[in-house]
Amino acid sequence: MSSLATPVLQVRNVSKKFRKGELYDSLRDLIPALTGRLFKLRKSGELGDRDFWALREVSFEVERGEAFGIIGSNGAGKSTILKLLSGIMKPTSGTVHVDGRLSALIEVGAGFHQDLTGRENVFLNGTILGMRREEIRRRFDEIVDFSGLEDFIDTPVKRYSSGMYARLGFSVAAHVEPDLLIVDEVLSVGDYVFQRKCTEKMASIIKSGATVVFVSHNLRAVAALCERSLLLERGQVRKIGPTRDVLKMYLDRAYATRDSDHAPKDVHIERIEVSRQDGTPAVEVTPGERVRVAIRVKARANVEKLAVVLSLTDDGQYEVFNTSTERLGAGTFSLNAGGVFNCSFDLDLHLTQGTFHVGCLLYRYDIQREYDRWSPAGTFFVNSAVDVRGAANLYPRLTRHEVETAAGREAAAR
Amino acid sequence: MTDTMSTTPPQQTALPGTLATDPAVRPAWTFRGWAEHLKLHRDLLAALVQREIKVRYKQSIMGFLWAILMPALIVGAGVIVKVAMAKLAGSSVSLDSLALVTVKAVPWAFFAATVKLSSTSLIANSNLVTKIYTPREVFPFAAVAAQSFDFLIGAVVLILLLPLFHLDLGARLLLVPVFVVELILLTAALALFLSAASLFFRDVKYLVEVFVTFGIFFTPVFYEATMFDKWSSLILLNPVAPILEGIGTAVVGGPFIATGWFIYSAVFAIVGFIVALIAFKRMEPYFAESV
Repeated sequence: MSSLATPVLQVRNVSKKFRKGELYDSLRDLIPALTGRLFKLRKSGELGDRDFWALREVSFEVERGEAFGIIGSNGAGKSTILKLLSGIMKPTSGTVHVDGRLSALIEVGAGFHQDLTGRENVFLNGTILGMRREEIRRRFDEIVDFSGLEDFIDTPVKRYSSGMYARLGFSVAAHVEPDLLIVDEVLSVGDYVFQRKCTEKMASIIKSGATVVFVSHNLRAVAALCERSLLLERGQVRKIGPTRDVLKMYLDRAYATRDSDHAPKDVHIERIEVSRQDGTPAVEVTPGERVRVAIRVKARANVEKLAVVLSLTDDGQYEVFNTSTERLGAGTFSLNAGGVFNCSFDLDLHLTQGTFHVGCLLYRYDIQREYDRWSPAGTFFVNSAVDVRGAANLYPRLTRHEVETAAGREAAAR
Repeated sequence: MTDTMSTTPPQQTALPGTLATDPAVRPAWTFRGWAEHLKLHRDLLAALVQREIKVRYKQSIMGFLWAILMPALIVGAGVIVKVAMAKLAGSSVSLDSLALVTVKAVPWAFFAATVKLSSTSLIANSNLVTKIYTPREVFPFAAVAAQSFDFLIGAVVLILLLPLFHLDLGARLLLVPVFVVELILLTAALALFLSAASLFFRDVKYLVEVFVTFGIFFTPVFYEATMFDKWSSLILLNPVAPILEGIGTAVVGGPFIATGWFIYSAVFAIVGFIVALIAFKRMEPYFAESV
């Protein structure tokens, strides 16, 4: 039996090698390829000309009842790690050890069949995810209830909207009750209300003692659900630790690497600085504080009718604010090759506590052509002494709070 | 491939009623271990078979007629061939030889359709193969099982038609289920092998189509192997041939072909199935990367 002492998931020195391009795609190509191989045998530790490491020496453990996040930019190896964990792929070297029943939610509604009804798909998808038929029958009402699709359950899913499709898929998956649940990006489906429901369901799954490995671009969801996270970078573990630290490192690195892989353009955003009034970089600010966002644009060729858009998004990628040079009355501007445009926005941050990202977009106003986008270009935390949440800070003051007892009311009525 | 994977510490078996979907939990490969693992996924297999059948019959106007269309066409072609051959020989067509074509058309239709369908079963389910771990053999098995359902319908219709041929039915009919099981096993072996192969090599699909289309000329459906006298052995080397001949003789009557051929095709089916299964399980970890 599984004991509490052993981690639910142990990943040790896992590497995965992929080959760029196709394998031998047809039998016709195989015969020459095989004769070639006879003369050139290769060990698995070495890389061929067309091989690359999708993961290299990745090790981590996830304890029972823990929610563990995996973050990283596109191509860092997040999907590969999920496929190794769920047994879809086999590591080139290293071991993956799972103690108990695993369920992987790599795509919501995978295995749904278009021609079958919602009801039939619940059974099909449930068994695919590893539930017994009997188990599905027992929890069927619960699943349908959660999805909110009672009226459409006997309609073929091909008539579903993509939101309905995702809702039904998540509902089935959320009721599997595995020892280890692996979740990939599923929270980015459905409308806002359903997303909330999903996040709450995930939280309750975690609370009920299940272990969750959560892979997402939605940093706020990772921050909200996971105590510990792993940052993957080019297939290697960059950091494992408390989610807040890992997220900070991820964001810092994301900005730092922006310039190096930036392709030359006719005109580009060269620099963005977010500073407090004393000129120091804005990292932690208080609500209502004024910060200055200074942007420098440089042209390599002649460009005209430009405008700069400034935006603020919160951790959930929700845009809380957006303005532009043109909308603030500056009109559009033109640049000659080598020309530079400087602008500064002063912002009063009437925001609630949380993390916010500054983004910038450079585009040609009349034909709406985008030249450059830098997002997120900077991040700051708003620290409030008062516990306020949401997008806007309305500086609430509690002007009255008293309890009226029933006896007191009756006395007043008399 | 390094062998670190095989040094995974021994793992307790999954509780009854739970599923061990993790690669480390999969026991070392034994036939028994495999069967137990597959048993845990029997609900999935059942659901996939149900899906195949439901989808096929849901939106087709012809519905269950589909199941007898192919055998009927084969019988039609067979009758024409028989009549032509009789014309050449200057004799008339016997009722028995028409019965033979009809009886053999049904299992052949099953074999041909199943090989074709099951060879693409993994590709057709690529969204599942790349996204969810299940024992992958459920896909070709589901294809075989769903086709067996059509086979059953064809067989029922055939039984209803049998009185037309005024046959002398006897105890040898009891051999028919044995041959049918043998045919299903052989088909499953091919299904395993071809579904995996067509994942790695795209041209397998076309090869299968060509072989299935022309296979009917190399298999005794329209004719009997014994017609070729000393060359009949060449025809019977095709492992499907003794099975069809066996079914034909068991229903219609006449002398059976030499028992050795039945043993040959039975061994072929059993060994073929085991070899195909082992090969399939060995290739399985690479399926997701190759789709």
